[in-house]
Amino acid sequence: MENCTIYVPRLITKKENFAPGHRACIGCGEALAVRLAFKAIGQNVIVVNATGCVEIFTSQLPYTSWRVPWIHTLFENTAAVASGIESARKAMIRKGIIQDTKTKIVAIAGDGGTIDIGLQALSGAMERGHDFLYICFDNEAYMNTGIQRSSATPFGASTTTSPAGKESIGQFAWKKDMPAIAVAHNIPYVATANPSYPFDLMAKVKKGLEAKGPAYIQILSACPTGWGCPGELSVKIGRLAAKTGVFPLYEVENGKYSITVDFPKLLPITEYTSLQKRFRHLQPEMLEQIQQKVVRKYEELKEKTEMSGCCGQTGTEE
Amino acid sequence: MSKRVGIEVSIALADVVGMANTDVVAAYPITPQTHIVEHLAELVADGELDAEYIPVESEHSAMSACMGSAAAGARTFTATAGQGLELMHECLYVASAMRLPVVMAVANRALSAPISVWGDHSDVMACRDTGWIQIFTENGQEVVDTALCAFRISEDNNVLLPTMVHLDGFHLSHVIEPIIMPEQSQVDAFLPPNKYPFFLDPARPQAMGDFAPPAIYTETKWAQEVNLQKSKETVLKAWKEFAEIFGREYKPVESYRCEDAKILLLTMGSYSETAMTAIDKMREQGDGENVGLLRLRLWRPFPTDELRKAVENADVLIILDRALSFGSAGGPVGMEIKSALYDVSKKPRIVNFVGGLGGRDITVGNFEELIKKGIDIAGNGSENEFEIFGVRE
Repeated sequence: MENCTIYVPRLITKKENFAPGHRACIGCGEALAVRLAFKAIGQNVIVVNATGCVEIFTSQLPYTSWRVPWIHTLFENTAAVASGIESARKAMIRKGIIQDTKTKIVAIAGDGGTIDIGLQALSGAMERGHDFLYICFDNEAYMNTGIQRSSATPFGASTTTSPAGKESIGQFAWKKDMPAIAVAHNIPYVATANPSYPFDLMAKVKKGLEAKGPAYIQILSACPTGWGCPGELSVKIGRLAAKTGVFPLYEVENGKYSITVDFPKLLPITEYTSLQKRFRHLQPEMLEQIQQKVVRKYEELKEKTEMSGCCGQTGTEE
Repeated sequence: MSKRVGIEVSIALADVVGMANTDVVAAYPITPQTHIVEHLAELVADGELDAEYIPVESEHSAMSACMGSAAAGARTFTATAGQGLELMHECLYVASAMRLPVVMAVANRALSAPISVWGDHSDVMACRDTGWIQIFTENGQEVVDTALCAFRISEDNNVLLPTMVHLDGFHLSHVIEPIIMPEQSQVDAFLPPNKYPFFLDPARPQAMGDFAPPAIYTETKWAQEVNLQKSKETVLKAWKEFAEIFGREYKPVESYRCEDAKILLLTMGSYSETAMTAIDKMREQGDGENVGLLRLRLWRPFPTDELRKAVENADVLIILDRALSFGSAGGPVGMEIKSALYDVSKKPRIVNFVGGLGGRDITVGNFEELIKKGIDIAGNGSENEFEIFGVRE
């Protein structure tokens, strides 16, 4: 660790395209994820941002945290706005109105803006094959409006609209499998990531940018405010999300699955859940049911990887 | 020299959007607008228009893609109608507030329920406060001319606002009319290339669409209002230069046989041609007092001064609305005009009818009846603020 300041700048650019001084909560995993993603993305980009935490904490007039061109219009239409920008540039380059600067179009949104209200626009844009990267910063609920459930909220989590109570175990449905929905659109690149594994995250963002056509990356972003954990645990909780198999890190290149950070022996999910107040009401038998399903899902993912003929790298970045 | 050709209005409109060298069309099918975007798709498919055609999955995405396209600096067009316009609703406010010069044709259609594909002005009246420049058209020639002017007005760097070109669903969108199509050289002389000054560009990073706290929101809205009101100057200038090149003149409020008229009828859109025939007939028959017709072409920004001038000598103003404003004191146009005339000391007695809903015809005979009824109500008074013309109660 003592040589960290010597080696890290050789691996990661010092340049911050996402400037400090924004208004995110202390320990925000999303702000960290955005920062890392934009180190990988660089400056030759146009960013389309959905309404949500990131948009709000980076853009209050007359300030901005963005050192790259950035546009926000509405909540559910980010992929559609991105498709308009991509098409406009394509037409104008062809007609000689602007030069071809190989500028990338990156759409960013939260889980609500992506997996709930923005799903139709995203599906349309992926189906039409626009050349853009869509990053979903998944903090597993509507955090900006006060921790309401989304379809990305994990089973059993207590939120303000899925509160745990005498008649409720909290979130009643299993987390919607958005990466699988993206894969079903036959797009060239789909991945999951997590800022606790920064090199894995940045490598995937670069691959997403290089893919010809739509790319989708879902980045789990710990939310101390919404998950009920101390801010200093964000990175640790992100690591545990991967190590327990709750949020596996994998990619799907042209339909081929590969687990990018594999753990031959998963940790018990309680290592992850016990650090977060949103799960504290869950009784052992319920946790056991969740445990079994997490393991089963992880096995399914491994099977897909084996069928794709890819093997994961065990415990990289440890 | 331009020739007059018989052509379906939707096709002519699409052709002129093509002649404007539009860069991006993002559209979703909805009756009665479909022929416009179908023909644009054809022009692109046949290589006659070098544009990106985005076949989006909804009207919400159509307008969203248009916003992205305009922000990237491209000349951008879409068309919609009825429910489609309502699905776009929240986007409409953003397009105008973010100063994105999108041009949209609206084949005006009734709103559900019950579902109706036929024409009236319910769709546009629900969008009257969205901050767009809005122009109503009377016939196919006006549709073509207004579409060209719309690009010119929207993209003018003193304006940078989106424009809706309203054409009545079916009554205009689906009819074949004799239209003088412009020459390409005329279009090129009238319409300069789009030079959007704030286009998204990595060489010049900027943030568009930031969030505004209470300390600044009011000022952003004030700036938008000032800008929309001021856009009238550019609209008038564009119409003047259009007349110089094409020889056809347009005004915010058109009048027909109003010089000697104490009774005025006011309409918007395609019904005015039928109304003119009725007025001619009534004058020929020496049927009571001389009646004239006013037609509101520019709906936003509202031409208050021109309207006040147009009615200054009238005793009675009969307003035909083609939409209801449920639970209110009149039709949307009727209420707006009453409001515009409230501060004027000498003003006509106003009678407000709502008619032609969901594509119901108003014939020449109906117009004669409506005018006579209006005169009667103006003379004798009525308990009702407005009346739905021809309704079977």
